[in-house]
Amino acid sequence: MSTTAPKTRSPRRRLGDLVFSGTTSGAALIILLALAGVAIFLTAKGVPALKATGDDLSGAKNIVSYTAPLVFGTLWAALLALLIATPLSIGVALAVSHYAPRRIATVLGYLIDLLAAVPSVVYGLWGSLFLAPRLVPSYSWLGDHAHWLPLFSDNSSATGRTIFTAAIVLAIMVLPIITAISREIFAQTPRLNEEAALALGATRWEMVRLSVFPYARSGIVSAVMLGLGRAMGETMAVAMVLSASGVVTFDLNSSTNPSTIAANIALKFADATGLRVNALIFTGLVLFVITFVVNFIARAIVSRADRRLAA
Amino acid sequence: MSATQQSVQEHIPLRHPRLPRWAPVLVGVASLALSGILSLALGWHVVPWVIVALLLYVLILPGWSRVVENPRAAKDRLMTSLVWASLGIALVPLVSLLYKVVAKGLPQIDGNFMTYSMRNIVGPGGGVYHAIIGTLLITLAATIVSVPIGLLTSIYLVEYGSRSRIASWIRFLVDVMTGIPSIVAGLFAYALFVLITGTEGIHLGFGGSIALSLLMVPIVVRSAEEMLKLVPGDLREASYALGVPKWLTIVRVVLPTALPGIVTGVTLAIARVIGETAPLLIIAGFTDSVNTNLFGNAPMETLPVFIYYSYTQPGVDASVGQNYAWGAALVLIVIVMVLNVGARLLGRLFSPKSGH
Repeated sequence: MSTTAPKTRSPRRRLGDLVFSGTTSGAALIILLALAGVAIFLTAKGVPALKATGDDLSGAKNIVSYTAPLVFGTLWAALLALLIATPLSIGVALAVSHYAPRRIATVLGYLIDLLAAVPSVVYGLWGSLFLAPRLVPSYSWLGDHAHWLPLFSDNSSATGRTIFTAAIVLAIMVLPIITAISREIFAQTPRLNEEAALALGATRWEMVRLSVFPYARSGIVSAVMLGLGRAMGETMAVAMVLSASGVVTFDLNSSTNPSTIAANIALKFADATGLRVNALIFTGLVLFVITFVVNFIARAIVSRADRRLAA
Repeated sequence: MSATQQSVQEHIPLRHPRLPRWAPVLVGVASLALSGILSLALGWHVVPWVIVALLLYVLILPGWSRVVENPRAAKDRLMTSLVWASLGIALVPLVSLLYKVVAKGLPQIDGNFMTYSMRNIVGPGGGVYHAIIGTLLITLAATIVSVPIGLLTSIYLVEYGSRSRIASWIRFLVDVMTGIPSIVAGLFAYALFVLITGTEGIHLGFGGSIALSLLMVPIVVRSAEEMLKLVPGDLREASYALGVPKWLTIVRVVLPTALPGIVTGVTLAIARVIGETAPLLIIAGFTDSVNTNLFGNAPMETLPVFIYYSYTQPGVDASVGQNYAWGAALVLIVIVMVLNVGARLLGRLFSPKSGH
């Protein structure tokens, strides 16, 4: 008797569970399909661009020579943005997690989150109408006095809408992302480690360096990687701020600037027809692959570091 | 203080010499003043004045500390100054941007601006009504698509597959999806609907919703997953012990406990995608008229796209278009801020502690 009772009951239980677990795993499956769909549909619409030439590619010989300068611009702008944003974000995260009194820290945290809430198109508006004109004097000074450096050109921008201005706006946009993740990880540092460091006579900075940073290293790396992905994929701010001409140059203050993949698509898609659309989608596929790889590497680093911490 | 105490302190110093508590304030005022004199003499604006003051502060305070205290304390003071300085620098753009949007946008806002579209309007006199309608409809549809998918997936990840290989792969891929550039989501929606309908150059509002869903689902999954993980295992076990099936435990015990956090997460996800421009630029398109049909092959205006086109194609008098852009930017920012603040209020309002 005692063995039959569970048997008769279990099917009824299992039905509800089966339906529910089936629905939830179905939802998970939809997400995987969507991700696969992104790759498949972009490939399907992007591949015809391999045949495109000349006219459809703004004069580039083939799709590779069309995409390469855009890839360069994307990476260069994102790199500049990260150079600005990373130290700032780590400083801000430390200020919120370890330096500010708790009550002020909460308010500061909200303020930094507000930075993330501002839509990119508003950053674009602010960057091109407010920030860029104010940077013109600096750019022309650099053009006059520092053009012998490889990073500056003597042909400085008259509008201020250079790759460096775009990078500043991008930095402002990725700063809250890097800050939010670093802040969370800094705050998770074991309290005992911090107090042990302080008890041994460490100053506050030494405490941060000896107990907080080692604990948070993988978190910072993943935060910066995520910021990199965001900076590479950011579209509107770059499209509105940057005065792009699609050249390949490292100059920061020049009036001719490299374009980025995302900005190029946004600027050209509305007027594109035929193979031009395919070419733009092909560059979008390239962007997707690059950001995918960056995210993949970031996660790999994090999971390896986690395993090392656990061991 | 008695004489014996003083003599003891002179003979055996128990503490290293320290800078007085007001040293940072003093150095701060001094650097501002020094830099102020310089900027008056050289005719600088505010920005170089503050930058030079900051540099002076970062040089003087650790220098003073090095002389009086010791190198370690000096380094500590240097890093403290840098940490606070980075916070200040980070807040400058926020303040500047919000001020600029309010100052430029507020004069645009009136009944006319909020209730008129741009149909048949050249120059001033139009409004953003069509864009507000489009933004609300597209975002609503995106929410309806992505919340069930996101929530169910997070339930799968936490309750069913927590340790399994598939679950960790899904978690990983969801993380990767959070990194999908928004413009790629737009291209995906475009390619999808072109392949479905066979119409090249298609524009439709629901395509925008699909693109936004692609961006929204990962956010919902991750935030809901965090919230579900926070539900104590004791609650689940207590429910199982009473003979409640697993699915009912999830629906009646786990979800209500995690609900405030999930609502907050969803609202923040809405706030995150409602300002997206790039995907809507590609698939939802641009129009001057009101369009309430999400599924027809017709462009549907949204606030971010309105801002973008008012800026890039301002018309004959550029300032008119730019004024439209600033006004719409203010409307958009207010919507986003209301969602953000609302999310946190909702979270606090429905928190289980006050509920029971």
